[in-house]
Amino acid sequence: MAEDTKDAPAAPAKAAAPAKAAAPAKPPVPAATDATGEPLVAALAAAVPGAVVSAKKMVSQTTIEIAPGKLVEACRHLKDKETFTFLVDLTAVDWKERDPRFDVVYWLHSFDRGNERVRLKAGVKDGAACPTVSEVWETANWMEREVFDLFGIPFEGHPDLRRILTWDGFQGHPLRKDFPVEGIDTGAAIYPDRYPEGGGPPPDDKNRKTVS
Amino acid sequence: MSEVVGTAGAVEDSGHPMLGLREMELNFGPQHPSTHGVLRIVLKVDGERIVSARPDIGYLHRGTEKLFETETYPMVIPHTDRLDYVAAATNNHAYVLVVEKLLGLEIPKRAQYIRVVLDEMQRISSHLLWLATAAIDLGAITPFFYTFREREVILDLFEEYCGARLTLNCMRVGGLEEELTPGWIEKLRAFTEDLGSKIDEYEELLTENRIWKDRTIGVGILTTDRCIAWGVTGPPLRASGLAWDIRRAIPYECYPALDFEIPTRKNADTYDRYLVRIAELRQSRRILLQCCDWLTANPTGEIRGKVPRVIKPPAGEAYASVESPKGELGFYLVSNGGNRPYRLRVRPPSFINLQALPEMARGHMVSDLVAIIGTIDIVLGEVDR
Repeated sequence: MAEDTKDAPAAPAKAAAPAKAAAPAKPPVPAATDATGEPLVAALAAAVPGAVVSAKKMVSQTTIEIAPGKLVEACRHLKDKETFTFLVDLTAVDWKERDPRFDVVYWLHSFDRGNERVRLKAGVKDGAACPTVSEVWETANWMEREVFDLFGIPFEGHPDLRRILTWDGFQGHPLRKDFPVEGIDTGAAIYPDRYPEGGGPPPDDKNRKTVS
Repeated sequence: MSEVVGTAGAVEDSGHPMLGLREMELNFGPQHPSTHGVLRIVLKVDGERIVSARPDIGYLHRGTEKLFETETYPMVIPHTDRLDYVAAATNNHAYVLVVEKLLGLEIPKRAQYIRVVLDEMQRISSHLLWLATAAIDLGAITPFFYTFREREVILDLFEEYCGARLTLNCMRVGGLEEELTPGWIEKLRAFTEDLGSKIDEYEELLTENRIWKDRTIGVGILTTDRCIAWGVTGPPLRASGLAWDIRRAIPYECYPALDFEIPTRKNADTYDRYLVRIAELRQSRRILLQCCDWLTANPTGEIRGKVPRVIKPPAGEAYASVESPKGELGFYLVSNGGNRPYRLRVRPPSFINLQALPEMARGHMVSDLVAIIGTIDIVLGEVDR
């Protein structure tokens, strides 16, 4: 409310001087640029031939796409030679229609290179395994278990690949795009006579709301 | 409870075997007052000594990251409150930062200062809650009454500012929703100035307390190398001697303009992590006082930048993080150009720090496990998401 009244008198003033107001108000929209020429990327491509598929930069964050077969080798190089000793995050993205379907994403940090960070990406086909990096960074252990649990990407060579957030015996992988957001019937309903299959109030309940 | 017959050799790395006859498997939790939520730890013990500790998590999993994908960008903010529910402001902050980064937005100076004020108040309240519960776990009930006295004032201030005490929902993409209420800064300043002597009171209760020292010194050691290997950030990393804090390492908002130190210690044990958190309380107090001065000197100004009506970041990806009370809290956003996040991943410090628990607990007594869970400072809402 307070904001609306404050904005109201400001509007005509802006219209009076459009050229002046428009110039600083529009910050450039971030866009991805090619980063293959960066020293780090060039060094990685030279040290591990065939590892770098592409590299781009967006909002001053570098993303290097790595061939899955060279992933562990590339990670070892970045950790041992380029001092990326800290794996900040490991996750995955499901691009349902694309082939390969998944991106496994690594976010690396180097204390010695002035807190520089770099993102690695490896495309993984549906059903295919991704090599584990838990030998390189111990912290990848749980993160890979989480990706396995929520996306169903198996990690080859992982020491303890079990579900972590959902329970053992759960069917499906919730963060896949084809997993329904309202959930699935896990067979865990304890009052089947009272709550019909699919959950929620019965069809004749006046409190029942339907979502289109 | 099941018993596993073991051999004396199974406990070789924890010193001499205690009984050496049989190992017992013991469930710690999921319902246990000192797990601060629903955390189950499967222990293998030899007498009183822990041979292995295996955390079993997921009891609070609510599929938050799945929900993010169905909500528009502004609708995501209240969901982030429920991750680390004792530090909602920092969760909001990390999320709006990543969206702003992908949009290329500039935040007005005044909004930056108010955000920092909310963050630091949240850090104080989170550390106070940690101090209260960690001390109770070790049998010291009194600090609880002292710290909750101050935490109550902070929650009252939050309530006056945004109407909520815990799930604040206080930040917006591009700035803030609400201007500070009249007289709020004066109340905050009065509280902050007083806080120094209050922190002295907590220290009087614990810092030289012989029982507290006996229970914490040398317990749960995690050196810098091991912290980095496990990805542990926040107070545990700083207690191992590395002065690394996102507020300085990868600065955001107006932190570069503020004068504060990163407290560190050397011994990397539970006692040092306590001292680091106490020192952080004092540094947060310092930051708050500087922000109060700035906000009093600049009483008016924009609190929300030029934000499009429908927030649609360009297709691409970005990561942004803040120093939450627990460590590095980051959000990784993948946008496909639509008005909902295509993928929004939380980098939860509690989840990642908890992974180091087996290593910290090995060889200690079962009663020390309580101290170690307390010292990592986890919130299960964030661990399980």
